[in-house]
Amino acid sequence: MQRIFSVFILMCCYVLTACAQTVNTSNPVSLKLPAGFTATVVADKLGRARHIAVNSNGDVYVKLERLKDGKGIIRLRDTNGDGVADEQFAFGNYGGTGIAISNGYLYASSDNDVFRYKFNAKNEIENADAPERIVKDLLNKRQHASKSITLDGKGFIYVNIGAPSNACQEQDRTAGSPGQMPCPILATAGGIWQFKIDKLDQTYGDGVRYATGLRNVVGLDWNTTANELYVTQHGRDQLNTLHPALFNDAQNAELPAEEFFIAKKGMDFGWPYCYYDGIQKKKVQSPEYGGDGKKEGDCGTKEQPLVAFPAHWGPNALLFYNGDKFGTKYKNGAFIAFHGSWNRAPLKQGGFNVVFVPMKDGKPNGDYEIFADDFAGGEENLTPSKAKHRPCGLAMGADGSIYISDDQGGTVWKIVYTGK
Amino acid sequence: MNKFLLIGSITVASVLMSFTITQPNLPASMQRGKKVYDTYCLTCHQMDGAGVPRMNPPLIKTTYVLGDKKKLINIILKGFNESVEINGDYFDNPMPAQPQLTDVQIADVLTYVRNSFGNRASMVTVVEVKTERTKLKKK
Ligand code: HEC
Repeated sequence: MQRIFSVFILMCCYVLTACAQTVNTSNPVSLKLPAGFTATVVADKLGRARHIAVNSNGDVYVKLERLKDGKGIIRLRDTNGDGVADEQFAFGNYGGTGIAISNGYLYASSDNDVFRYKFNAKNEIENADAPERIVKDLLNKRQHASKSITLDGKGFIYVNIGAPSNACQEQDRTAGSPGQMPCPILATAGGIWQFKIDKLDQTYGDGVRYATGLRNVVGLDWNTTANELYVTQHGRDQLNTLHPALFNDAQNAELPAEEFFIAKKGMDFGWPYCYYDGIQKKKVQSPEYGGDGKKEGDCGTKEQPLVAFPAHWGPNALLFYNGDKFGTKYKNGAFIAFHGSWNRAPLKQGGFNVVFVPMKDGKPNGDYEIFADDFAGGEENLTPSKAKHRPCGLAMGADGSIYISDDQGGTVWKIVYTGK
Repeated sequence: MNKFLLIGSITVASVLMSFTITQPNLPASMQRGKKVYDTYCLTCHQMDGAGVPRMNPPLIKTTYVLGDKKKLINIILKGFNESVEINGDYFDNPMPAQPQLTDVQIADVLTYVRNSFGNRASMVTVVEVKTERTKLKKK
């Protein structure tokens, strides 16, 4: 009996240490930031924290991809001003990615629909359990299904509808399968759609296909200086495995570039027919459409990127910084959160960081630099499954700080400038 | 306690023995299987078989990898694109069919997967692959 008891105690210890270890491993890593910046963990272990939005009173709204305790949105409130959330309130019965605040409303998306909630004068949501559905029945075929959103403040909301495909082949991601001509996906996906903010139950017929030829945009933001929409596209995968005669592993790891665009009404960015080669610095034809890595075809007529980033990094959020607290260098520049790559394998993965692009008058004004790094938690964790955190959302607070969310560890950080 | 331990280790030993006796070609098949994996599977399921969260599932101790071999063979022959839970999660990418792989390549790669990344399970044989492929052709 005693023996069994001691075994029992031993087992308990084992279980306890195992639990303690899991807690340890999901503890936030210390981020690498430029001198003068500090990061505070606002909250962690929230689940799949995708995009975030900050209200004028400092409340942070986090959209969860998968429900946590039956809820898909978490409001974080810091009541004593130490940067750490001490109150959480959860609502919304759908998972998803998109969330934004504009003119007294909170907007949030599932992978099919877009909803909105009204704030009252005290910055509390009036209809947490009964939002208005403003957009419904958007294409959701699992792949690239997240519906990122942003607003122009002038009555319109912009919704990304990602292509449920890699390169519009007849058989997706299948070696030897030809590209469909024309690509039928572009009628209902592979672009940005514009809807009104105040009309219920809009769907394809009610909206405008605002920009097309975008494989999958997860990061998008309205730039108030340029008064235009900007987006970041996830470039195609698998040039090497689908076309081994044309591309080797090393080439695939660097092709195609992830692209940062200005997206004006009516623009076409070329997917699936073209991709951007960041080494040749031009758009070339996709091999599914007759390309060989060099042929340009009519790809020169497609919109070119403002900035080309390393392949497969996965730009999941875009934020224009129009605050004053970071100094002139950062004013009106763009932050881009990179989720971290998988398709660079078997070569070393990359991304898992937040990049800054200096900008002036809506145009890049200097080279991009890595602003926040080491979300993965060390070189040994530089893979999508091992990374402790994967940056996914960005937002600016009314106090000029920025927030970064992560859908792997479920952490939200607040970044402030304390230097001089 | 000791008795249980003894019986336990005898069972384990005999299972291991039967494993090596009935699987004489395991090392060779594993070696060939790794090459197939690196070329046709690694990009999605990754070097360590851990996959990509929410996109491509892990191949570590899943019911598919360790379970019914017929089903497993068919995943390679027909591809896989269903909203199913795998190790507690859902994965959004489609897996392409890879019927262009030979029976030997499929047997080798599945044997490799079933005995790598912490997995341990019986080999998949060329005859088993052939049988499933023939069934598909008849349909
Ligand atoms: C283009 C990416 C891709 C490639 C290449 C690929 N797979 Fe998959 N595989 C997937 C995805 C995605 C799923 C899950 C599909 C779903 O849930 O509908 C999957 C599912 C599986 C499963 C069943 C689920 C599990 O995790 O146990 C097995 C087994 C598997 N793949 C093995 C292989 C093998 C072996 C190869 C190489 C011959 C391969 N895959 C190539 C993406 C891929």
